[in-house]
Amino acid sequence: MRKLILALLLLPLAALASGDEPRLDRAPDRSGDPVALQNGARLFVNNCLNCHGASYVRYNRLKDIGLSEQQIRDNLMFTADKIGEPMRVALTRQDAKEFFGTWPPDLSLIARSRASAAGSGADWLYTYLRSFYRDPSRPSGWNNAVFPNVGMPHVLWQLQGEQVMDAGHKLTLARPGALSAREYDDAVGDLVAFLVWMAEPQAHFRKQLGVAVLLFLAVFFVVAYAMKRAFWKDVH
Amino acid sequence: MAGGNYEKYRSDGSFAGNLLEWIDARFPVTANWKAHLSEYYAPKNFNFWYFFGSLALLVLVMQVATGIFLVMHYKPDASLNAAGVPVAFASVEYIMRDVPWGWLIRYMHSTGASAFFIVVYLHMFRAMLYGSYRKPRELLWIFGVLVYLLLMAEAFAGYLLPWGQMSFWGAQVILNLFSAIPFIGDDLALWIRGDYVIADATLNRMFAFHVIAIPLALIGLVAAHVLALHEVGSNNPDGIEIKAKKDARGIPLDGIPFHPYYTVKDIVGVIVFLMAFSLVVFFAPEMGGYFLEYNNFIPADPLQTPPHIAPVWYFTPFYSMLRANTVNFFWVDAKLWGVIFMGLGVMILFFLPWLDRSPAKSIRYRGPIYKGALTLFVVAFLVLGYLGMQAPTPAYTLISQICTVVYFLFFLLMPWYTRIDKCKPEPERLTK
Repeated sequence: MRKLILALLLLPLAALASGDEPRLDRAPDRSGDPVALQNGARLFVNNCLNCHGASYVRYNRLKDIGLSEQQIRDNLMFTADKIGEPMRVALTRQDAKEFFGTWPPDLSLIARSRASAAGSGADWLYTYLRSFYRDPSRPSGWNNAVFPNVGMPHVLWQLQGEQVMDAGHKLTLARPGALSAREYDDAVGDLVAFLVWMAEPQAHFRKQLGVAVLLFLAVFFVVAYAMKRAFWKDVH
Repeated sequence: MAGGNYEKYRSDGSFAGNLLEWIDARFPVTANWKAHLSEYYAPKNFNFWYFFGSLALLVLVMQVATGIFLVMHYKPDASLNAAGVPVAFASVEYIMRDVPWGWLIRYMHSTGASAFFIVVYLHMFRAMLYGSYRKPRELLWIFGVLVYLLLMAEAFAGYLLPWGQMSFWGAQVILNLFSAIPFIGDDLALWIRGDYVIADATLNRMFAFHVIAIPLALIGLVAAHVLALHEVGSNNPDGIEIKAKKDARGIPLDGIPFHPYYTVKDIVGVIVFLMAFSLVVFFAPEMGGYFLEYNNFIPADPLQTPPHIAPVWYFTPFYSMLRANTVNFFWVDAKLWGVIFMGLGVMILFFLPWLDRSPAKSIRYRGPIYKGALTLFVVAFLVLGYLGMQAPTPAYTLISQICTVVYFLFFLLMPWYTRIDKCKPEPERLTK
């Protein structure tokens, strides 16, 4: 009976593997890589922060990825005056609705909210940012294989170039961009790593602390178990 | 019970002794210490399943302690801030990012909610394994079921507070259920929400329920649960009464004082629990979307219904029972049947002490029929829980209908099958 219960407890996990979402590519894990995170921050500020805010993230928090306050001021702060201000955008909701038909969502938490049974939020973003293709039927001229009829045009098109979708729903590069396919994937990997960092800036520290807490509990366990044994010696 | 049966403390002349004597003359410190700890005799053969009572108490304390700090920074306000985000949602992210150690307190609280249900479900299952709800522990069981009911209300109210998409739409689904009640339903739902949709009024009242009304009742009921336990004494894996065999001093032969024996043993259980708890808090706080749903990282949007609304895992068995009702039976709407079945699914637990007619309490001495019935019940409950998280399909609906029937038959046929079951004789004294 114990085995049966165990099997049934594990059943939901097995079922997670199935699903009808599109297959997502695995995003590289660069969470502990400050160079990648800083490059991601640069890409984010230059390309995303014009329309998308990150209103829970303060500029001075970027010190956590190894930047100095001066570096943040000189290279990344274009729309704020004070280093403690959050990453907001000047674009108003009204204008955004007119330009894109929707309001570009705040990206602070996008790497957490996009997670699903199909993959992590990073996987989704990594696949999504590499799946834009030319589609003349769309107002922006762009469509996306992961997010059909997306409102956002392909902001990174100068880097990636232009993809087209063939009859078999496969994407091919019709006109190359400034970066090679491998370089583009690498750049998107950095950008996604930064988005993941923004979604939970303390995640790295959380795991480090977790190891320390577990080690403490392990020592505590040994002491507590010895105490239990000592007290229970006379119980028969 | 605590009171006149215990001698007052006599000082040994030291300062601490004098202080204790002074207090003990005015407040029953010694009497309570003895009645509930050092002279509360518990059976000596508690096993793994007996950790979950003290663990539930631990989680309760942890939820209250972390909750106090969360309330200091959380704002129950559905209006939009300068960035266009609901204030309530933004205040949770403020706790996660700007409040020192706020992320840890918040994760402890969110993981604690799921941990509470895990330990309570295991605690309840223990009672079903060893017949701990049987005479003379009926009232103890009823207090326990009330605690479970309040816990569900507490979790439901708390889940609305982060004001994410799942908070909003989950509450929308559940509070709309009240509108299925004939005649008064729509007005009742409106009265509960305080608005025509889930709105700021709903958020504020759920906050009031979550931080004061329900915890107050919960702590009172937990106290009653423990008092009732200490009045009748703990059951044990053999399901026999240790008070039946006492020594010359009136102490049960198979009993050992709760303190120090079970306090030192429970500390070991607490550490193991904290290790499992820490694994989630520090390494998987979302627990794959089961403890913190991914959609709840999107602020509540009344204009955008998520494609798939699933309650958190601890509600899903009953949510499945709700969805399993798809037929307008006896001219009554299927939705109302769903609400009735969901409600009865919990309420039927209250009657368990009187449904069980077996001569033996513990599963160790019960016959094959009860063992089979309990296995089927557990399987049905787990399958219902799993299906409640999935989008419904015709096959899933059929399975959940079968499991709902199994769930109810376990209780309704119990008076019959426990009587005809072939039980083994119970031992005189505790075994291992």
